[in-house]
Amino acid sequence: MNMIYFFAWFIFSFIVLSIIGLLVWWIDRKITARVQWRVGPPWYQNFADFIKLTGKEVLIPEGSNKFIFVFAPILSVIASTICGSIILFVLMNSFGFGGDLILFVYLLTIPSLSIILGGSASGNILASVGISRELKLLLSYELPFICGIIIPALKANSTTSLIEILKFQQINGSNILSFSGIIGFVIILIASIGKLGLVPFDLSEAETEIAGGSLIEYSGILLGFYKLSKAILFVVVPLFIVILYLGGTQITGFGSFLIFVLKYLIVVILITLIRNTNPRLRIDQALKFFWGWLTLIGIIGILITLMEF
Amino acid sequence: MNLKLKALKKSLWVYHVSAGSCNNCDIEILDLLTPRFDVERFGIILAASPRHADVLLCTGIVNKKCVERVKEVYEQTPKPCVVVAVGSCACSGGIFRDGYQMAGPLDKIIPVHVYIPGCPPKPEAIIAGIVKFLKELK
Repeated sequence: MNMIYFFAWFIFSFIVLSIIGLLVWWIDRKITARVQWRVGPPWYQNFADFIKLTGKEVLIPEGSNKFIFVFAPILSVIASTICGSIILFVLMNSFGFGGDLILFVYLLTIPSLSIILGGSASGNILASVGISRELKLLLSYELPFICGIIIPALKANSTTSLIEILKFQQINGSNILSFSGIIGFVIILIASIGKLGLVPFDLSEAETEIAGGSLIEYSGILLGFYKLSKAILFVVVPLFIVILYLGGTQITGFGSFLIFVLKYLIVVILITLIRNTNPRLRIDQALKFFWGWLTLIGIIGILITLMEF
Repeated sequence: MNLKLKALKKSLWVYHVSAGSCNNCDIEILDLLTPRFDVERFGIILAASPRHADVLLCTGIVNKKCVERVKEVYEQTPKPCVVVAVGSCACSGGIFRDGYQMAGPLDKIIPVHVYIPGCPPKPEAIIAGIVKFLKELK
């Protein structure tokens, strides 16, 4: 009975997350267009893209590992949906279990890993350049990302449960209102741009240098799965930041729901504006930035948290 | 009307094939993608790889070196795809039609759906040609 319940929850969150994700991705594209003084695409653009990709031919290159090539995009969608279903569970049912924070961080690396798997299975030279960059980027942004997670976990009496962090903030006010909270918010915001693979850190898909990078050989519905998992991550990662730093909210009525949506949109718009006003970094610059400054600031933030500011 | 065809008409991803052109048409295509003309409002964006593309924008006479490459790019593009010949050279050979390197206008090599003449065609002309084609497409 429990299994069926969880499976139904998985399907439900898949549908909800993909619809919201494709809509939010449109907001991102529209803001990008307005920043560049353009009109921008209509609201159904991402739905049209996805439906079109389902109707295209799927080409599997010769000399590729066919099983991994087909399996990796599906894995990516499944992992990002499980992340999202945990988040939705925490937000809607106010239910969680000890250690779901750690599980969440583990699951969040799987979409990046599946890009690496799929790219290396395709047997393309440009894809191998892309996956080597993605691997280095994964190693570099994980460290500040975890620094940004440790700060709210320490604040909420060293817990590893998302729901405890939410409850702590409902009693003591949002984490961002303290000095260490601001540091942690900035760090996790920048690291999550790396996680989403957006412009300052989109080296693995750099279209102008390595022609789509790790996704170069993908076509049709398999490419659509990657786009879908990216759209789902566009919901999941900002919601994660909202839960950790902006206090989530207990959704009790229409007003609190509106405030919650507003918080989420503020995080999305911040990410979009950062991506629109910055050029792409080289991989060594990105590595130095993440492991140098950002981790240093993160460790200082953890120390400040331990001193209870 | 078919939903997938409708979606295809709303989201064309373009791959730019330069088959021995003099770069004039390529510059006009670059202009097409700037904020001034903003083709993203029709859902048209530039794809990095032919595997992602729905439209092949081909420029230039297809010279003898390029024949194999153009065929290969066409085979690498997942079907259904649209081939657009941009410029007089790709349509008919233009002033290079008697050249020693000429391997034929584009439609000798691969099937072509849209012809946009001009030397080079203005970005407005390219947009008008593609929009006319989309209206005809059923």
